[in-house]
Amino acid sequence: MRAFDKVTAARSADRLTASDFIQALFGDSFFELHGDRCYADDKAVKAGIATIGNMPVTVIGLDKGKNTKERLEKNFGSAHPEGYRKALRLMKQAEKFRRPVLCFVDTSGAFCGIGAEERGQGQAIAENLMEMMTLKTPVLSIVIGEGGSGGALALAVANEVWMLENAVYSVISAEGCASILWKDPAKTADAAQCLRLTANDLFTMDVIERIIREPKSVESPLFDSLRNLIANTFEKYLAMSDEELLNNRYERFRKYGRTTKVFTFDEDESETEQK
Amino acid sequence: MFNGDFFTFLKPKNELEKIPADKSTEDSKPYIPDALWVNCPKCKRMILATDLDDNSRVCTQCNHHFRITARQRLEMICDKDSFVEADGDMVSKNIIGFPDYNRKLAAAKNRSGENESVITGVCTINGYKTVIFVMDPSFMMGSMGTVTGEKITRAFEYATENKMPVVAFTLSGGARMQEGILSLMQMAKTSGAVKRHSDAGLLYITVLTDPTTGGVTASFAMEGDIILSEPGALIGFAGPRVIEQTIRQKLPKDFQTAEFLRDKGFVDAVVDRRKMKDTLAKLLSLHNIEKAAVDEQPAEKEIESDESI
Repeated sequence: MRAFDKVTAARSADRLTASDFIQALFGDSFFELHGDRCYADDKAVKAGIATIGNMPVTVIGLDKGKNTKERLEKNFGSAHPEGYRKALRLMKQAEKFRRPVLCFVDTSGAFCGIGAEERGQGQAIAENLMEMMTLKTPVLSIVIGEGGSGGALALAVANEVWMLENAVYSVISAEGCASILWKDPAKTADAAQCLRLTANDLFTMDVIERIIREPKSVESPLFDSLRNLIANTFEKYLAMSDEELLNNRYERFRKYGRTTKVFTFDEDESETEQK
Repeated sequence: MFNGDFFTFLKPKNELEKIPADKSTEDSKPYIPDALWVNCPKCKRMILATDLDDNSRVCTQCNHHFRITARQRLEMICDKDSFVEADGDMVSKNIIGFPDYNRKLAAAKNRSGENESVITGVCTINGYKTVIFVMDPSFMMGSMGTVTGEKITRAFEYATENKMPVVAFTLSGGARMQEGILSLMQMAKTSGAVKRHSDAGLLYITVLTDPTTGGVTASFAMEGDIILSEPGALIGFAGPRVIEQTIRQKLPKDFQTAEFLRDKGFVDAVVDRRKMKDTLAKLLSLHNIEKAAVDEQPAEKEIESDESI
């Protein structure tokens, strides 16, 4: 698939949402928690506590919703500041009990609106970035659909970041890039290609640790292997001292831009399709 | 050869002020070259460029704060000859092969005379030693690429190691899309460095200048212990145009200005540029910041009096 086909797939309405992942991985063990304790409960962020085997984990997902009613309620997965503050509250709670944190990222971006700005969208995201960097418990983020810019990163300052094979993760939407740089929405597909937002390209740049095969339904057997993978990963990081754990996370992000290495990308896939 | 513009020059002053600044042919204003006059974008009146410079590039009529380059800012804030630049030779490369980026980088360098959108270093402010970084509007409107993030991160790491405060002047359109996801990663990287600096008990003051938006707002700009801003500066996560397009309604007046953010509780104080240096020095003095030894302190007054002789 070409980059823009991946963008389309990542946004597809029949794609599994964060709610689906929570249902498939944790079933009835998930207990939902609400609210940021300051202003509201942002339904774009679904969060709570669940167990993998005997291990309690805090689960936080940017959730787009499955039908029109849910999508409106959840603002299509675009969180307001209270959504990010709710996420941070529950991450701090997880730290207190040294409970690993699992984040699902699926958003076109943090919401752009009057209320969002008035209540400090930028400040809320900034605080998450800062606090997540020193959260003394393992953090794993999985981009399951769209990873839209700062609004996605605010749940992805993690020890490891994984991506589904058709998910995308980008500094700006392909549409935004085409309209700002070229003032031409017709160039959206080109912009998607140039931004290097596919799982393969991000893996090449060392921005993600793993590419995950796409489960097509909640019943998919792929969820069993994913559950094991998550449990093993958390066990590995739980075995680390706080210092090791935090150094691991700091260095994970510190390396980007330490040198101005020029990346070369494997173009095979897109070239064959273009032919 | 004389066209209408020549005669408008002879009109009374209030008429004169209406002449657009960019309307210049060789002959149009024979006695006063264009560069001597500047149009205030806010009150539209003309100001003598020398008056503007003498007033820290603040409009003498309406107090509008003009955008200034990072070098101009350093000159206004740092004690004379105290600034020592770090990593000035670091340059960006086209790391993901983005079309046209090499040309844009070259144009930005040419236009700004700088290698990147941020200048970092150490200085003294009324004698107080601090790490400082300033972002530049003439280099891709202060956009944050990997080198921008790297220089800022190094500045924080240096400050942490040497137990120094950090003073930041932010100005940015956001993360630089030509470096893709690696620009986005700079938000997390710089935030990590800010957190380590903060956890070491050290002071970080940010001054938000026009415009501070996007990924810079959503990272180190909003992470200061004390957050100041210049009057009228545009500060936000999303730009006003994007918001209008998203919600399809007009935005309230003064939305996303420094004063609006202060009233909403996100900025500690809006400070006039002409008082900025003394304000920063006062805040540094309240945090047990080391003062440069007397012989290290540049003898500003002496130099000034020498010049006046």
